[in-house]
Amino acid sequence: MENLTQFFQMRQELGLIVVFLIMFICDLLLPENHRKLMHPIACILLVVQMLVTIVPTDINLFGGMYHSTPIASALKTILSFGTLLAFLQCTDWLNREDSKHKIGEFYSLSLSTLIGMYFMISANHFLLFFLGLELATVPMACLIAFDKYKEHSGEAAAKFILYALFSSGIFLYGVSLLYGAVGSLYFDDIAPLLHGCELQILAMVFIFAGLAFKLSLVPFHLWTADTYQGAPTVVGGMLSAVSKGAAAFALMTILVKVFGNMVELSSTMLSIIIVVTITVGNLFAIRQQNMKRFMAFSSISQAGYILLAMLGNPTQGTASLVYYIVVYIVANMAVFGIINAIEQKTGRVLREDYKGLYATNPKLALVMTLALFSLAGIPPFAGFFSKFLVFAAAFNQGFYLVVLLALLNTVISLYYYLLVVKAMFIDSSENPIPTFKSNWFMRISLLLSLGGILAFGLVSCLYQTFNNLLIN
Amino acid sequence: MEYTLLLLILPLFSFLVLGLLGNYMKPKVAGFIGTLSLVGITIVSYFTAYNYFAAGRNADGVFPTLIPYNWEWLPFGKLSIDMGVMLDPISVMMLVVISTISLMVHIYSLGYMKGETGFQRYYAFISLFTMSMLGLVVATNIFQMYIFWELVGVSSYLLIGFYYTKPAAIAASKKAFIVTRFADLGFLIGILIYGFYVGTFSFTPDTARLISAGAMIPLALSLMFVGGAGKSAMFPLHIWLPDAMEGPTPVSALIHAATMVVAGVFLVARMFPLFIDFAPEVLPWIAYIGAFTALYAAAVACVQSDIKRVLAFSTISQIGFMMVALGVSTSIDPNNGGLGYMASMFHLFTHAMFKALLFLGAGSIIHAVHSNEMSAMGGLRRYMPVTHITFLIACLAIAGIWPLSGFFSKDEILAACFNFNPLMGWTMTAIAGMTAFYMFRLYYCIFWGKENKELHEAHTPKESPLSMTLPLIILAAITCVAGFIPFGKFVSSNGTAYHIHIDATTAAISLVVAVCSIALATLVYARSKQPIADTLATRFAGLHKAAYNRFYIDKVWIFITKQIIFRCISTPIAWFDKHIIDGFFNMCGKCTAYLSKKIKWLQDSHIQHYCIWFLAGTVLLTIILLIF
Repeated sequence: MENLTQFFQMRQELGLIVVFLIMFICDLLLPENHRKLMHPIACILLVVQMLVTIVPTDINLFGGMYHSTPIASALKTILSFGTLLAFLQCTDWLNREDSKHKIGEFYSLSLSTLIGMYFMISANHFLLFFLGLELATVPMACLIAFDKYKEHSGEAAAKFILYALFSSGIFLYGVSLLYGAVGSLYFDDIAPLLHGCELQILAMVFIFAGLAFKLSLVPFHLWTADTYQGAPTVVGGMLSAVSKGAAAFALMTILVKVFGNMVELSSTMLSIIIVVTITVGNLFAIRQQNMKRFMAFSSISQAGYILLAMLGNPTQGTASLVYYIVVYIVANMAVFGIINAIEQKTGRVLREDYKGLYATNPKLALVMTLALFSLAGIPPFAGFFSKFLVFAAAFNQGFYLVVLLALLNTVISLYYYLLVVKAMFIDSSENPIPTFKSNWFMRISLLLSLGGILAFGLVSCLYQTFNNLLIN
Repeated sequence: MEYTLLLLILPLFSFLVLGLLGNYMKPKVAGFIGTLSLVGITIVSYFTAYNYFAAGRNADGVFPTLIPYNWEWLPFGKLSIDMGVMLDPISVMMLVVISTISLMVHIYSLGYMKGETGFQRYYAFISLFTMSMLGLVVATNIFQMYIFWELVGVSSYLLIGFYYTKPAAIAASKKAFIVTRFADLGFLIGILIYGFYVGTFSFTPDTARLISAGAMIPLALSLMFVGGAGKSAMFPLHIWLPDAMEGPTPVSALIHAATMVVAGVFLVARMFPLFIDFAPEVLPWIAYIGAFTALYAAAVACVQSDIKRVLAFSTISQIGFMMVALGVSTSIDPNNGGLGYMASMFHLFTHAMFKALLFLGAGSIIHAVHSNEMSAMGGLRRYMPVTHITFLIACLAIAGIWPLSGFFSKDEILAACFNFNPLMGWTMTAIAGMTAFYMFRLYYCIFWGKENKELHEAHTPKESPLSMTLPLIILAAITCVAGFIPFGKFVSSNGTAYHIHIDATTAAISLVVAVCSIALATLVYARSKQPIADTLATRFAGLHKAAYNRFYIDKVWIFITKQIIFRCISTPIAWFDKHIIDGFFNMCGKCTAYLSKKIKWLQDSHIQHYCIWFLAGTVLLTIILLIF
């Protein structure tokens, strides 16, 4: 009985599981010609799930195996929001002839990865953490292969799953080394026993590498571009925004909770990875013509900026990390949404196809521009504040050189983001993308993103809220 | 009094509606929406003023400073930037002034701007201006004030350049923006120094912090005054205001006569307690600058031929009066030194009314004869009776004739000047005489004097429609009675009641001077032939030409910017920038592109290689950490 009551306290996870089950039943019961109803049902259910569990709570269950801190619970709502944006963007793609029959599969799979992320975030034990990680990864591979009749989709999924297996192996190896060193898998038990000997360093690097794969940090990033290019665009959006957000928070949790004693070592490791990731991501992004590949490299360099938050002290760092994730999710989902809309209507994904977009689809071009400005960190959009806060977090801990290099890199990133803006506004094209109307789902999604881009920056209380959640 | 927030929300809302949806609605609807929102604002303003003053004073006889709404917008540790609404006697007075004039202008523009392209845009911009100006006066802290200060600058820029197909309007709008922005740099630096040393942006900081800041406070306040001098067109930063007359005339009435240009005076008044206690040595300088500006502008106004230019210089001169009045205040004790403060605010109030009236009257005339030049006018009293009478009332008021409002406020200013220093008193009295002279020169040249028959027969001038004459009548009525408001009871330097008593000697002197000046103007300009004026102009041709060309101050600025700044400073910097800086960055860019090309092979889409990189990365990291 006791376990059952504990079980029922996991409101957010349970809510999501209920949504999942309802969608699953819908998939079974709804006749073929009513499948389209699943789009509004999924969106509404997810909104309900978010609203019911929106108040952040502190829950510690199963002998400390599961610990959902208020900030983690806030992040879960944010991830649900990101998934909601993806759900709103996927209708055109799913209603196509070749994927109409598997609408239900998409929702089941994406909700399962979300459940996995939820567990990953609130795990306080490596076993539960690993289960969450795998639950988040495996359905994601199915989603990447969703357009399996397009050759790239299959290839992308194969690369992803092989790479994921490899990194899981490394991660598990790290965990087993840690178990060998201290004899426990509970985060709270491990932490005080660590003192930075060789074995523990090896364990930390291996665990870090396993998660670095999900965050696509250099040099663990090589799958990213191929996968984003081959995967359906909506899935690319989820991979780059939602999944990355969850992995970043999980990594920070592990670094703070488990390897808190080895903070000097982990900071050195992070510093190296940050500089390499941002630089390499930027250098590759400059050269990309395909918008999806371009966004893949942009998301790699963004992951480097997210990592900057981990250099900060636990409170300031976590608050700025979560804030960065929210802002990043809305901006990135907006860009992916537009790429998706254009791809669905015209099948075109190259940057030069975007030439003259402002003349034919001014609203889309405008939203895209604002989202790119936010990603580049131009004031007064939200991205400026989020970048500022992660810089401040790292700066306060004395990582001046890293911050300086990251700042220099923002110049490069500005250059390639503006390349897209230039294509849309200044360049003219003989064959521009024709004027088209998006459906209401897409519009709502873009409006929500736009609202986020504009509001999150000016409404300073958001960061303050995260900070308060951490302090109390 | 949370409803005061409506003062900002209403105009913002109407700006957004008109700005975003204006093109989809008929001009009439847009004008109606704008005017209706202004009616709402006016009601809220008057209601606020009534409630505020009816609530009465605190136990110590001082009007309370209320902050009905405050929002911590950007906290930076101990320092924070707030947004809110603050009510105290001067902000409440300004609410009344702004909403009244703005409402008049909104109604007036329905007639004046009828048929113009961009009518909706016009109403959107004046809504934006109204919001910014209201936000400026109710600001709870200096930083919020600065934000709205810049917003009024932007809306002024947009409205001066309203006829954006006219090159002169474009040049004027740019000039206004650049000159005031240049001055605002001083304001911003002042704010930052203030924030840094005092640890708050609030108007009522901790006294201990102020004392410990020492000499930084006068510096910060002086820099803030530079910003105020730019906005209020004090010499030598006045050059933008005459050109700003390129905007539509109702805009000149609202922004460049009654409200925005007095923001500098308002700023000094807002910081007055700090000036008095921590920078008393700065105040006389404000007075000297104000006095010189008043004299200079009055001299120029005597010879201008464009009626809006005359009014513009008269505005500069009158703002000079207000600045002088603040500068000659020597303490916040209302019984002697605080007189100037009260007089300045009183003059701000009355001047706003009669100067808006003058500008709207000028607009009505321009509307009738389609020209700004006096040569196209003359003898208009026969065609435009309402405009004539209201214009005359305003001229009498600005000349300081009893019982019109200008007499009372100017008299207080002169009394304060005599208290400060007899020389200052006599100087200002002389300038007041000049004011009466050039205003009546203007009046006679428009309504009497030599009529331009040729033009008037081709196109008979006729009285403007009711939407334009109604605001004239209302403002004229206010001008007639505003002097009898016991102003000192409401607004005084330290919040306690101040009993206005007319100083008989000063009043007599100023009245005599004003009447003599008017008589002189009548003698010179009232008839159709003006032999005296022509003789004087030829006898003192050099002086006349210099004054007509505004004593070449604009030329001096052009010389400073073009010859000194551009040639000696900017050109070498531009060279350095083009060759050294750009060269460096081009090199960086090329290196980046080169590097980007060179590492392409990393991404060769072989999963085996990817895994090798993964492992290599892990091992390398471990080795680095082990060595570390």
